[in-house]
Amino acid sequence: MQAESIIRSTCPFCGVGCRVDLHVRGGRIFRADAPFDVAPNYGRLCVKGRFGWDFVGHPTRLAYPLVRRTLQTPGHRTPASGPEDWRQVSWDEALATVADRLLSLADRFGADSITANACAKATNEDNYLLQKYIRGVIGTNNVDHCARLCHAGSVAGLQLALGSSAMSNSIAEMSDLECFMVTGSNTTETHPVISTFLKQAVERKGARLIVADPRQTEMTQFAALWLRHRPGTDTALFNAMANVIVSEGLANQAFIAARTEGYHAYVADLAGKTPEWAEQITGVPAADIRAAARMYAGAKAAAIYWGMGISQSTHGSDNTLTLTNLALLCGHVGRPGTGLNPLRGQNNVQGCSDSGGSPGVYTAYQPLTDPAVRAKFEAAWGATLPDKPGLTTTEFVDGVFTGRVKGWYLMGENPLMSEPHQAHAREAVEQLEFLVSQDIFFNETNIYADVILPAASFAEQEGTFTNTDRRVQRVAVAVPPPGEARPDWQILTDLAHVTLKKMGRPEAAASWSYTSASDVWEEMRRLTPDFWGIDYERLAREHGVHWPCPAPDHPGTPYLFEQEFPRGRGKFWPVAWKTDSELPDDEYPFVLSTGRVLYHWHGGTMTRVSSLDAIWPECTVELHPKDAERLAVASGDWVEVSSRRGSITARALVTGRSPRGLVFVPFHFAEAAANVLTDVRLDARAKIPDYKVCAVRLSRAEPPQDRPGADVPLIGRGAIKDPVGQ
Amino acid sequence: MADLISLTINGRTVRAPAGTTILNAAHSAGVEIPTLCYHPNLTANGICRLCVVEVVGARNLQPACVVPVAQGMVVNTETERVLTARRVILELLASTVDLSEAPEILAYMKRIGAQEGRFEGGVRREFPVAVDNPFYIRDYSKCVMCWRCIQVCAGDVQNTYALTWGGRGIHSHVATAYGVPMPQTTCVFCGNCVGVCPTGALKGRTEYELTIED
Repeated sequence: MQAESIIRSTCPFCGVGCRVDLHVRGGRIFRADAPFDVAPNYGRLCVKGRFGWDFVGHPTRLAYPLVRRTLQTPGHRTPASGPEDWRQVSWDEALATVADRLLSLADRFGADSITANACAKATNEDNYLLQKYIRGVIGTNNVDHCARLCHAGSVAGLQLALGSSAMSNSIAEMSDLECFMVTGSNTTETHPVISTFLKQAVERKGARLIVADPRQTEMTQFAALWLRHRPGTDTALFNAMANVIVSEGLANQAFIAARTEGYHAYVADLAGKTPEWAEQITGVPAADIRAAARMYAGAKAAAIYWGMGISQSTHGSDNTLTLTNLALLCGHVGRPGTGLNPLRGQNNVQGCSDSGGSPGVYTAYQPLTDPAVRAKFEAAWGATLPDKPGLTTTEFVDGVFTGRVKGWYLMGENPLMSEPHQAHAREAVEQLEFLVSQDIFFNETNIYADVILPAASFAEQEGTFTNTDRRVQRVAVAVPPPGEARPDWQILTDLAHVTLKKMGRPEAAASWSYTSASDVWEEMRRLTPDFWGIDYERLAREHGVHWPCPAPDHPGTPYLFEQEFPRGRGKFWPVAWKTDSELPDDEYPFVLSTGRVLYHWHGGTMTRVSSLDAIWPECTVELHPKDAERLAVASGDWVEVSSRRGSITARALVTGRSPRGLVFVPFHFAEAAANVLTDVRLDARAKIPDYKVCAVRLSRAEPPQDRPGADVPLIGRGAIKDPVGQ
Repeated sequence: MADLISLTINGRTVRAPAGTTILNAAHSAGVEIPTLCYHPNLTANGICRLCVVEVVGARNLQPACVVPVAQGMVVNTETERVLTARRVILELLASTVDLSEAPEILAYMKRIGAQEGRFEGGVRREFPVAVDNPFYIRDYSKCVMCWRCIQVCAGDVQNTYALTWGGRGIHSHVATAYGVPMPQTTCVFCGNCVGVCPTGALKGRTEYELTIED
């Protein structure tokens, strides 16, 4: 079918950042293809990128600014039950209400009583303006985003060891790998297009793959070696690999001497962390640990890729440090085909951090505690900026209970699906004085809001996303937004003007004179040496540029750390074996791991209104056949999963994919939300919650009366099936 | 840098690295050879034979997408023998397959004087449209069996192996193992097959529904 226009853009789902061509006819997207000759995906897409864009035109999109009819008060905040609870208002009224309420909070409780969630789905420009508004207009650094909930453990570890936290190497290197390890990443489902390159490295180039994962992910089918360690025992496993590398003389002494520090103390600490010691803890045979260590250390180039399984833990930063230790020991960093590569989750989670969406840094990690950096931003923004780092998103919730946090600005975030311990988070939301949500759909959180600001989706606005390998790429307008919905950067620009006028600071409004997303990027790059070489014209010409890119004639940086690490020398960190996770006991005998399925995105806001929902329409509780037998449960039977925090009911999917004693529940489904069960325990350094280990119990349950599709056998529900057999 | 090989294409001297196919060497020299099953991102198989060219001294016409260049090779891409072969290939295809959504093929047929109706009246390859999943349809009446979909699903991209061949002879067609509906296969619905289909045999549900409305 002939398209009226074909718009080159970037996929809005995961961090791979696939380029897509949106085919448009009659103001509607009808097809998505990928250009065959353009990085990073070279014509490849996954189900979400190719077919999951239909959320854009969904009739339930937010199209008009809304204000709650009944005044919500702290402690008595209630969810709206339907459209009748909202009053459609003009943009002027909506923005004036937001400005008045925020200023009133700042006046009564101080600016630090206000918190804001930047959005890893929105563009760099949107996020830059959100943090500029919160810092420069409101006057607090309480801005954070969902990276806190996904890769904070990786970021904290990489910062300690290397002084940088991005993926070190590029997607383009993947199909030529010699040896690589994938751990805590269900790559085929969470980064599907990256997985196609990794699988080809194995199948076509003979690369040797080590998978370390408790679950039998599809990547294990391509592995030379699968280390099935017990959940949460990662540091013991990787320490033991390091022990083998050192004791067998496989370490790269030249690299260690030239590029690292702390080696001797680290080696002393490794004594005793033998494969036999680790076997007791991890359940992985000592011989396999030795084989993995030899394979990784023996390769000329070897890379490590990891995901949430490493990061989302009470010891997520420790997990990361044991991986950085391995790379430093072998010199497997700073060259093509090597590297320390946290696979970033959201389409623009890298960019959201890069754009200053974190409490302690401005753009590209320029620290706000540095007076010179702060002075630069103060001059540009016409504002006096707060010098203390703000709260993290996990601290927002606790801040409500201590009375410190009164107001919450949600840009595209749905904490009641994504924060751990949903009841705890809900109680916090109920206590808020003011809640505003800028979003494209109603979700489980913003039905509690005072004001809803309808935003444009990725297909309705200009801007840039930065993918997992730091490649800045453009998004473009394919279709008009519904009703009066507007791009986030425009909403924030107008809100800043309204707020500054009310504050009597018209002089600061001069720094908010944007007429396009490109204007915003121009300001960002002027203030950010690492972005200086990137502009919209170059992005159109070259399709994408990897930052750091300090000059217009600089080619960009596909792989990092060739000469040195940002902190100078890479640092070895001794890591003790311990865990603060909630471990199973007699009362709650199973370990719960949460995660994703291929067909859905996170809290489900985008994918449960898409054709994607038809192929995986309900929550499943993945359960080992032996455990199922003991509970007298078969696939399709209903089970209640309970933790100390709450219970959900969903159908069992009996499969050998998860080991005995482990149940896996995806977190996409509001009617059986996995985060009802999860715990608020955090990694002390990273403040990331423990989404991969908490204790639950299971029992048979009756089918819920009100659940659509509950009467259909599980086999008739889309493509839900056991992927690995018994 | 690989050794450069010198050959003649349509009377012009062309240089190309050893191992280059005739198709790519010609393309680099600005000579376009028509293709159907060939896709630059996939393993070339020489199935459709639309890209055949005449290589002086070779007994048969040579499929340009798979035959590598050789030193001193003399290639002619549009001789009458070549054009006759391409016409017959496309006329046979048009007599059995619905090419209505393959405008590039139809345009090329017109250009070289191939007649859609020349072999009319024989068995046509007709299959009911398979609508068995939420994302894409399979309309094998439009399938020219170029193999691209099977290749992307297999080792060329996805390593999923949900697609294979079914049937024999005129009845052969792309199929799932045992003909089961897509949701029961290993398919992950990436649609990379849809992305490489040259004839509209595979298309997204939204596009399919719009096509029917038209």
